[in-house]
Amino acid sequence: MRGMSIIVKKVVQLMSALIFVFGLYIVSHGHIDPGGGFTGGVVLAGSFIVLILAYGVDYFKLKKQKEITSLFENVSILILLLFGLSGLFAGSFYFFNNYLSPGAPGTLISGGLIPFYNLFIGIKVGATMFVIFLALTIYKEEASK
Amino acid sequence: MNMESWVITLFFVLPFFCAFVNPLADRIFPGVQRVLTTVMTFALLILTIFVCFYHQQTIVYAVGGWKPVGSVPIGIHLVLDGLSGFMLLMINLIGFFSAFYAIDYMKEYTGGKYFYVLICLMIAGMNGVVLSGDLFNMYVFMELAAKSSYALVAFGLRKDELEASFKYQVLGGMASLLILFGITMLYWKTSTLNMADISNLLQNSDNDAFILFVQLILITGFGVKSALIPFHGWLPDAHSSAPSPVSAILSGVLIKASGIYILMRLFINVFHPDEYIALVIATLGGVSMFVGALLAVGALDVKRLLAYSSISQVGYVVMGLGLGMTVIAKGEDASAAALTFTGALFHMFNHSVFKGLLFLNAGSVEYATGARNMKQMGGLAKYMPVTFASTFVASMSIVGIPPFNGFFSKLLIIVAAINGEYYFRAALGIIVGVITLVTFVKFQVYTFYGKPAFVSDFGESPTFMKISMISLVVLCFVLSILIIPEVRSLVIDPALDTLLETNGYSTKMPGS
Repeated sequence: MRGMSIIVKKVVQLMSALIFVFGLYIVSHGHIDPGGGFTGGVVLAGSFIVLILAYGVDYFKLKKQKEITSLFENVSILILLLFGLSGLFAGSFYFFNNYLSPGAPGTLISGGLIPFYNLFIGIKVGATMFVIFLALTIYKEEASK
Repeated sequence: MNMESWVITLFFVLPFFCAFVNPLADRIFPGVQRVLTTVMTFALLILTIFVCFYHQQTIVYAVGGWKPVGSVPIGIHLVLDGLSGFMLLMINLIGFFSAFYAIDYMKEYTGGKYFYVLICLMIAGMNGVVLSGDLFNMYVFMELAAKSSYALVAFGLRKDELEASFKYQVLGGMASLLILFGITMLYWKTSTLNMADISNLLQNSDNDAFILFVQLILITGFGVKSALIPFHGWLPDAHSSAPSPVSAILSGVLIKASGIYILMRLFINVFHPDEYIALVIATLGGVSMFVGALLAVGALDVKRLLAYSSISQVGYVVMGLGLGMTVIAKGEDASAAALTFTGALFHMFNHSVFKGLLFLNAGSVEYATGARNMKQMGGLAKYMPVTFASTFVASMSIVGIPPFNGFFSKLLIIVAAINGEYYFRAALGIIVGVITLVTFVKFQVYTFYGKPAFVSDFGESPTFMKISMISLVVLCFVLSILIIPEVRSLVIDPALDTLLETNGYSTKMPGS
């Protein structure tokens, strides 16, 4: 997969960091603002996807990236389940129990476990979106060979 | 609420855990996911038996510990009552034997680790559907099971498998849309998604046009999911294209967990039983029973024949359900309704066992010969005695020859129809039985008797496949004893009680 022109490369280089930070903002403010893990995760994946579109990656690198990304996806969903299970063992026997203190409503450090759920949903969704993109790219590369 | 009720979350936590650990474990110890999944399904089976037989009481569990505000339930609730327990037993029984069978069968496929992830997710989805007490949560679990089954149908990646999967996805997507639409309308009307609460609110009002419309939308949606006849287009392709252990789960339990179970739950427990709706359901059942059997006679592909016969056998269950609903709606004798519901539940369980077994048999024939067309086979009885014997038992069960289990459940449905003076439906049941006999005699003759079409360069199936098939054969005999009332009261009656106390479901809310 070949890259694009120098103008696109330079713009994407500047933009992708901003997109990534914006994604992190949406993920971390999921419990007090509109948005959350899913929305933010898609934005996070977008920052990687524009980089690959602009710079282009060779086939073998794509394969390796797909392996690593799917590992991320796998681990984050497992951690989510463990968070849910931790509610069971935190004394109350309720699955998905939010046992941390809720804090002051409207502030960033509040909502008990919800920000953690948002964080790992963000990683999971971002990794999933990226894996889908990589799988389609790899398929295209394989078909053009 | 007692402390050990958290156990019921394990029914979907365990398969989820297994599904997410499998790909990680596969990186370190390749092939370990076979053992993991089989052990997990076995643990689920033990857990189900424990919950159903030792802990016989309704459990209402609030996920996240959300207490109801006043009398309004907030949050998601899981409800384990007799009907849910009965369905859990069915799902996990077939799930275990399929996973056990797959140990050997999936060796010839590449990408086995994805297979085990998907099968765990499908079992989690089905367990979630039958445990959920919340309409939208039920929808989410149903979609989880459906999405994994789309991927599993296309697992072989051949052209016809991809086409079958695509067709299944389009029709399944339409069904999901209709179901979501129905749920939304119901939410609009009642402002709640908790099924017990909806049942409570609808109990006092008569069925108006709005509720009837919602019911028709939902019948269409779940009709597609359970492949009743005008909506059956996806089933023969999808169920015949999947790998055989998956076909056994799809045909054995998926169409029941995400179709018939929800029909039962919604139309008997949640909605006020209505005579016309009952007539619609019974007619759909009767038509599927008859047309499905006719389609099965003509099929030459082994797995297609079994898929068509699934439509027909599911028709028996749905017709029994419709009959029982009619009796309840007319306010007649409850014992008549009890007989039909017993027949329907019993036949549902039996069908999951013998159709699961038949698909496993078709799988071992395909594993040995590589062929699915019956005309290319013949004389296999000599080479595959175990498969031959187990196919014989399963065929006799599905046809309804005593002493196998299928006889008793069909008998119950037909006797119930005669008792209720629905002679046409009773006659239809008998005629379909005869057509089924023809179908399965044809299946036996083409596949196992006659002149061998092959030079013998293959033998009997591997060990795990054989053990799985033999266990299901034993079950085909053992389930016949469910006709004895004392045994039946242990297994079927809890589910029956749930169906008979139509308004009882509305009390299954936390805090009431």
